[in-house]
Amino acid sequence: MDVLYFAWVRERIGLPKERVETEAATVSDLVAELSAREDRYAAAFADLSALRVALDQELSDFDAPLAGVREVAFFPPMTGG
Amino acid sequence: MRIVVQEEAFDLGAEANAFAAKDAANGAIVTFTGVVRDLAAGDLDVMEIEHYPGMTERALTKIAEEAQSRWSLGDVLVIHRHGRLAPGDRIMMVATAAPHRKDAFDAAEFLMDYLKSRAPFWKKEITSDGADWVAAKDEDEDALTRW
Repeated sequence: MDVLYFAWVRERIGLPKERVETEAATVSDLVAELSAREDRYAAAFADLSALRVALDQELSDFDAPLAGVREVAFFPPMTGG
Repeated sequence: MRIVVQEEAFDLGAEANAFAAKDAANGAIVTFTGVVRDLAAGDLDVMEIEHYPGMTERALTKIAEEAQSRWSLGDVLVIHRHGRLAPGDRIMMVATAAPHRKDAFDAAEFLMDYLKSRAPFWKKEITSDGADWVAAKDEDEDALTRW
């Protein structure tokens, strides 16, 4: 699946988008998998209450299943307007 | 309904005129415009607005559709910019048209409340001291509970 990062999450991880091959069942599982990879991921995902997640461009939550999902995006709370 | 996400500036007067000229059944037109506010110290150089192409348009469309389902509206317009903006630049506008003004005002406020915390934009303030992401405010999230 494609994993996208925005705002300070993108800056902390150091890239806007990557392709991830994963068997993770839920968003939380994916976060744990990425955090175990490298410190920069662990730093970005340290406080999940400061993060939001979208699955296929719809806001979702960290318990949500990933079955059938093609695009996951992580970002801080939005500041539009 | 028209949803526009663009980097270029928009012409507020032309947009408002075109929007207001459409249908005489709409006795009330409300427009709101958001402007890049300078910092208290007056030292904001640039505001950078990042967004999530694709999701942004979807989220704005969903919010506008929700407004249309809640109020009796003739039309809705949302324009939101991204990229690098300077203090005083116009960031975004919403316009609502309705037979009666209460619907037009309430729907415009609803649109603003929702697009502040449910449309995927992120603002970064750049000053001579460095760059800081603007943090979302609890009161913006709380504002959604009134709808």
